[in-house]
Amino acid sequence: MSAIDTSSVFVRAEMAEARAAPISTTGLVGWVRTRLFGSVFDGLLTLLGMAIAASVIWSIFDFAVVRAVWTGEDGGVCRTPTAGACWPYVTAYWKQFLFGRYPAEERWRAILVFAVFFGLLAPLALPKIPFKRLNALLFFVGMPIFAYVMLCGGWFGLEPVETTMWGGLLVTLVVAVTGIVCSLPLGILLALGRRSKMPIVRTLSVVFIEFWRGVPMITVLFMAANMLPLFMPDNVDVDKLLRALIGVTIFTAAYLAETVRGGLQAIPKGQYEGAMALGLGYWQTMGLIIMPQALKLVIPGIVNSFISLFKDTTLVLIVSIFDLLGMIQSSRSDPVWAAPSTGTTGYLVAAATFWIFCFGMSRYSMWLERRLATGHKR
Amino acid sequence: MAVGDEKRVGHLADSPPGVVWYNDPKWRSLIFQALTLLAVVALAWSVVHNTAVNLERRHIAQGFDFLSTTAGFDINQTPIAYPKDASYGRAILVGVVNTVIVAVLGVIVATILGFLIGIGRLSHNAVVSAISTAYVETLRNIPVLLQIFFWYFAVLGLAPHPRNSMQPIPGWVFVNNRGIYLPEFRFGGHSGLGLLVGLIVALVAIWLIDRWARRRQRETGLQFPLGRTALGLIVALPFLGFALGGFDLTLIPAKKSTFNLTGGIELIPSLIALTLALSTYTASFIAEVVRAGILAVAHGQTEAARSLGLTNGQTLRLVVVPQAMRVIVPPLTNQYLNLTKNSSLAVAIGYPDLVSTGGIVLNQSGQAIEVIAIWMAIYLGTSVLTSLVMNAYNRRMAIVER
Repeated sequence: MSAIDTSSVFVRAEMAEARAAPISTTGLVGWVRTRLFGSVFDGLLTLLGMAIAASVIWSIFDFAVVRAVWTGEDGGVCRTPTAGACWPYVTAYWKQFLFGRYPAEERWRAILVFAVFFGLLAPLALPKIPFKRLNALLFFVGMPIFAYVMLCGGWFGLEPVETTMWGGLLVTLVVAVTGIVCSLPLGILLALGRRSKMPIVRTLSVVFIEFWRGVPMITVLFMAANMLPLFMPDNVDVDKLLRALIGVTIFTAAYLAETVRGGLQAIPKGQYEGAMALGLGYWQTMGLIIMPQALKLVIPGIVNSFISLFKDTTLVLIVSIFDLLGMIQSSRSDPVWAAPSTGTTGYLVAAATFWIFCFGMSRYSMWLERRLATGHKR
Repeated sequence: MAVGDEKRVGHLADSPPGVVWYNDPKWRSLIFQALTLLAVVALAWSVVHNTAVNLERRHIAQGFDFLSTTAGFDINQTPIAYPKDASYGRAILVGVVNTVIVAVLGVIVATILGFLIGIGRLSHNAVVSAISTAYVETLRNIPVLLQIFFWYFAVLGLAPHPRNSMQPIPGWVFVNNRGIYLPEFRFGGHSGLGLLVGLIVALVAIWLIDRWARRRQRETGLQFPLGRTALGLIVALPFLGFALGGFDLTLIPAKKSTFNLTGGIELIPSLIALTLALSTYTASFIAEVVRAGILAVAHGQTEAARSLGLTNGQTLRLVVVPQAMRVIVPPLTNQYLNLTKNSSLAVAIGYPDLVSTGGIVLNQSGQAIEVIAIWMAIYLGTSVLTSLVMNAYNRRMAIVER
């Protein structure tokens, strides 16, 4: 073996001149460069956006914390021109925000109902907790009966409480939960009716669904409040809250019917054919094969309907039922507390409450969607 | 009825041998439908009967005669003439026009805002997408009625008294707790007419040029700069008409009188609050619709367009937007309908829309059934009309599949 003759080949003897390092696109600096200041326009946009965000966050913080009035006996302390949020007003009224005019010595009943509601909801909503079927039965059947008995009273020596005394978050939750629990079965029936091959059933379902979907909820509530008493035989007196509940239920059922129909349409035809080949009848096919699959598909849609229903419960204040927003609306003009910032403080509290509920539900729905995605998508 | 039962019915004229008639799906279907119809008719009859009896007992008049009765209440925004002796029918008509005003304003603002935020959420710029996300997640999770109250009572309610009006453009624009006062545009001579004619001619011309350009592109592949031409025409032609008509325009600002400002264009606080709340709320939903629409265009489409040598703008204009719009338009129309229906919340802050004025008529005349029927007919009519138009649009835009 001889040494390689280097005279006839080129071998680089010294390193090539290093190129400048490429602009970093990783790490914090890279992130700032690409995601914040990619170009001149981008940079301007970033600065403008930061300015807007800072001013919004600061004005909320300034109002709720810096300029806020923390203690006081009445609205006088909040009537200074620079006063921000009037927190003593909330301290004085928070029980009304929760329970309305529900008698003070009976409030434990409402608290108990809240506790049972959340106590049953949590294990139902979380996975991997056993006894789902029993839990669901208790939640959808047991809980409404329990809530009705506890809240209305009149049984077991409980003092009767008129629904006109109910209010605040209690009414918001009662309307929302009754709405969803009653409208879901109705919505499923309507969806099945709309997919039916029987022309009369189908036509009736379509007309019902499209009618209620076509009108604003406020007119439905007006209708329930003003026309329902006229529809009933003379000796039947329908409670005001119950009228609103009926209106809300019918309205929501129409929307849920469309959600469920979406799920039904997504089930491949082979599932129906398979069920028929096994000799199952219509209700068996639906109950055992189609619905379990269809409802699983539309759970996010149902949660979304529930979110809109939850927000729409505020509309009952227009037919003078005092939900959370209604309580704030009626208490902010209370002469004891009336001040320029009282209303804004109340709205801030209501907005935060509704936001927590709705945002929580929407996150839950998204999480559920991911969890239930069992890879059936092709 | 199950899908399959019906199929069997289609094939067999009579019950299969050995099946009793009440087990025959055909008969079952007929009987079930007859029972349903019977139940619905019975329910309807009982409702009508009860209502008739109740109305009789309470001495409530029936029929639509009350519409010609004198209304006798004031309306604080009357875009069409509403004299002192106007009828209930006229009052409701004013309400309809007011609903249209707030719906149109709301739709315009919500669309612009919604598209900006929807595109913003997809932006590469971290700050822009974070702000857009925060906007959507905050606004759509707070009830719209609360937002209306916030704007009306907490923002506009704190505006100064008319005597100390704020003047963003001193002497021309006034803001106080009675509303916002803009100067009135007054056209002299024929200049207003000229402007209008110019606008109409421009629109017709654009429509014709669009048709011609499309045909030419189909036949020859040559493109025509439609956007720039349209912009030019829509600015130039009305201006030409305005100039030919006499070039005469005066701006008349509101004047201070003893208690309030008079003249000018007055925007009442409830209109501003309602428009702001409805449009910002609906914008958060439109933003999601727009985002979903853009994401629905497969990435391969953009890549294919770029490899064909289209520029960024052309890719967007010719490939991405047309496909995204196919996904965006149906839910967008739904949002417009929702906004229109939500405008009925005007009743909570006293903006004289259809439901507000109708509510006063309802209370004064006591004829709940008729008033609610009018409400529902108008809203339902709008919805049905919109869905018919939408279905036609969808048929035209649908992808032609094999």
